[in-house]
Amino acid sequence: MEGKKDEKKFTTISIPTPLADKIKKRIEGTGFHSLSSYVTYVLRELLASMEEEEAGEALTKEDEEKIKERLRALGYLD
Amino acid sequence: MQEPHGGRLIDRCRIVDDVDTKDAIMLQVNKDRAEDIENIAHGIFSPLEGFLCYNDLENVMEDMRLESDTPWTIPIILDVDKQSLQGAKEGDKVFLKNDENGLIAEMEIEDIYSVDKKRLAESIYGTKDNSHPGVSMTYGIRDTLLGGKITLLKEGKKQFESYSLRPKETRILFKEKGWKKIVAFQTRNPPHVGHEYVQKAALTFVDGLFINPLIGRKKKGDFKDEVILKAYEALMKYYYPKERAVLAILCTSMKYAGPREAIHHAIMRKNFGCTHFIVGRDHAGVGNFYEPYAAHDIFDEFPDLGITPLFFRSFFYCKKCGSVVNEKICPHGKEEHVNFSGTKIREMLKEGKIPPSDMMRPEVAEAILSFDNPFIE
Repeated sequence: MEGKKDEKKFTTISIPTPLADKIKKRIEGTGFHSLSSYVTYVLRELLASMEEEEAGEALTKEDEEKIKERLRALGYLD
Repeated sequence: MQEPHGGRLIDRCRIVDDVDTKDAIMLQVNKDRAEDIENIAHGIFSPLEGFLCYNDLENVMEDMRLESDTPWTIPIILDVDKQSLQGAKEGDKVFLKNDENGLIAEMEIEDIYSVDKKRLAESIYGTKDNSHPGVSMTYGIRDTLLGGKITLLKEGKKQFESYSLRPKETRILFKEKGWKKIVAFQTRNPPHVGHEYVQKAALTFVDGLFINPLIGRKKKGDFKDEVILKAYEALMKYYYPKERAVLAILCTSMKYAGPREAIHHAIMRKNFGCTHFIVGRDHAGVGNFYEPYAAHDIFDEFPDLGITPLFFRSFFYCKKCGSVVNEKICPHGKEEHVNFSGTKIREMLKEGKIPPSDMMRPEVAEAILSFDNPFIE
């Protein structure tokens, strides 16, 4: 309900200080405002690509062919 | 291939012929919410799998991100009458229907909550002034909000089915065309020469152009959807290389949230598989509510957006240069410039006149004038 407590789910992870310093330098002027936001971004990208690889092709060959047929019928593909 | 927003293209479709809804709670949704449901189900709103729960909405309002920290700027919320819930609680399943299509989806209720509408309006639109169409829409929502995953059970009827492509289809289309870099163009107007120039300038640097007019609720005086499509058909037929540009619609309402909506528009096009997104002057703005280039500046806050914005300033025709230019590339004074005034073009069209060809292609103007009344009343 309104006024419900916003329970953010964040945790602390330790990384070596030299690595943290390197990252801080890297993100200067990039728009990333903190070490955490950059590390979150990199990890999310990495996990997403790993998950995508593990999941393999999301569509079966049959599904893909059906889509191509529709695209041809609508004139999007020759 | 462009990665979907949040890493995974959401698919919440389970189209069925018949569903047992005996004793089930049915909630009525309007056309805008029905469009949201389809956009969630087909992955256009990836990573959303349903309507926002309280924590996500709080994060969207305060930080322009979901609770997971993924960029998200526009609240996708479901408002209902409390009485219509008939005692349904968190954890229950309800069905969603609308007048046009009957039963459309089911929803697992994860959260039942409410929100301060003035705070919601101010955080999203930057104003509490109800002359802003988004604000007045926000004030009109019902008091109870439901969050939770949806599953689409029935596709809605489409007015422009032949132009309706889902992200999984555009992704295959781009792949088949051999396009790796694709720029998306968001529009809610028929094209004038300035639009054409922006699109072609962007296309010069990528493999393909995805023209993606927004079809859905707009405001009085805007061009009708069928007019926009017919105008683009004419432009593309005569002036665009077929192998480099495609036209498909996006069914969602305009929110007129300016900079926040520019980010939302970019995210949706990222999910369609686009790598670049054109952001013009006063993108998704209305009246004088936003600074002309606020929709450019906001992208600085999202280095992790995953789609590259291409910023364009206003274009105009320069009589001295003899071409379409912008202030960055033209050395001549204002007296030499002819602005692509949407208002002026609109007025000429209202009078049944064809605008000058350095403002609008004659074929486009003729397509618009083939309608008795091209404007929403």
